[in-house]
Amino acid sequence: MAPSSDTDWQKHMGDDTVNEMACQELVEVITDYLEGTLPKSDRARFDAHLATCPGCREYLEQMRALIRLSGSLTAKSIEPATRDSLLRAFRRWRDSQTSV
Amino acid sequence: MTLRIIGISGGDLRGQNTESYSSARRKPARGLSTGALTDRETPPGIACHVPVTNGRYKSAVAVKTGDRASEAELIDRLRCGDQATFTWLIDTYSPSLKRLALAFVSLEAVAEEVVQETWLAVLTGIGRFEGRSSLKTWLFKILTNRAKTRAVREKRTVSFSELEPEDGDGRALSPERFLPPDHPSFPGHWSTSPHPWSAVAEQAVLRRETMEVLRRGLENLPRSQRTVVMLRDVEGWPAHEVCAALELSEANQRVLLHRGRSRLRAILETYFAEDA
Repeated sequence: MAPSSDTDWQKHMGDDTVNEMACQELVEVITDYLEGTLPKSDRARFDAHLATCPGCREYLEQMRALIRLSGSLTAKSIEPATRDSLLRAFRRWRDSQTSV
Repeated sequence: MTLRIIGISGGDLRGQNTESYSSARRKPARGLSTGALTDRETPPGIACHVPVTNGRYKSAVAVKTGDRASEAELIDRLRCGDQATFTWLIDTYSPSLKRLALAFVSLEAVAEEVVQETWLAVLTGIGRFEGRSSLKTWLFKILTNRAKTRAVREKRTVSFSELEPEDGDGRALSPERFLPPDHPSFPGHWSTSPHPWSAVAEQAVLRRETMEVLRRGLENLPRSQRTVVMLRDVEGWPAHEVCAALELSEANQRVLLHRGRSRLRAILETYFAEDA
């Protein structure tokens, strides 16, 4: 997002301008950032960009919300009939163990 | 079967449900009596010294977190024929096993069979299991081997190591979302800042519908992305376990996770934009 305040503007036009991370780059390295695999120098650029960009802060929070929501999805388990048949198989197995 | 052993007082528990097993085991021995060793009792030659009920939950949690000592207890109980332990294992791991099976085979019924075969293989193999890998790793190794065999029979791709065309061009967002590279002041910056929804995404009032949108989005992801996102974010596996189960490099695992998550975020974005 384009910086709005004077302070943001100065940060954008500072010495780090060349090296500054753009929003388009940030959204592509965000997984590496969250995974902790982003190289140290890029991590610093990432953090520096976040500090000045509310759009990217929101994007990061959206990713985090997505991950939390995914974590609360539940998986479908096996059919009750499969479960019953496994428990029967277990009892047969146990009986064959003890009768050895 | 009925073994008659002097000195073991098990009582005849035949026909009772498993939950009574633990309480029966805590009964004080009646000295030198002759009792029938029932099918609920310890197989000969295996010391089953572990209290079955009280420690179960604790060790079950420990197994999930990879505590080897507690895992050994659990394996011990399984070898002893404790049905409650087996029930706990199948209830805990079958959803993940089925999900992983669906990464290789297309039909849910086939995935179900693969899971069933896996548990049967666990029963025949548990006696030889030496604990060199974790129980979980061993379990998922059995599953992937079987699922791959089925996939080959179905003539489906079993490899995750190559990115597929359906995995997309690799962009998290379309270039139109950003100012062009030749923009005088802010190349590559948002052309329009993302519509904010992170603060409302988890609100209870929207939750059921949000989860449904997410579930559908996940189901529609390309196979390799879906599998990685499911194992990582839904099942909560660490990266290295996903890499091992799918024989993926760390880098490719991250690429698939990134593309999958980026697509899901975009789906939620659309959903919350419609909602607004």
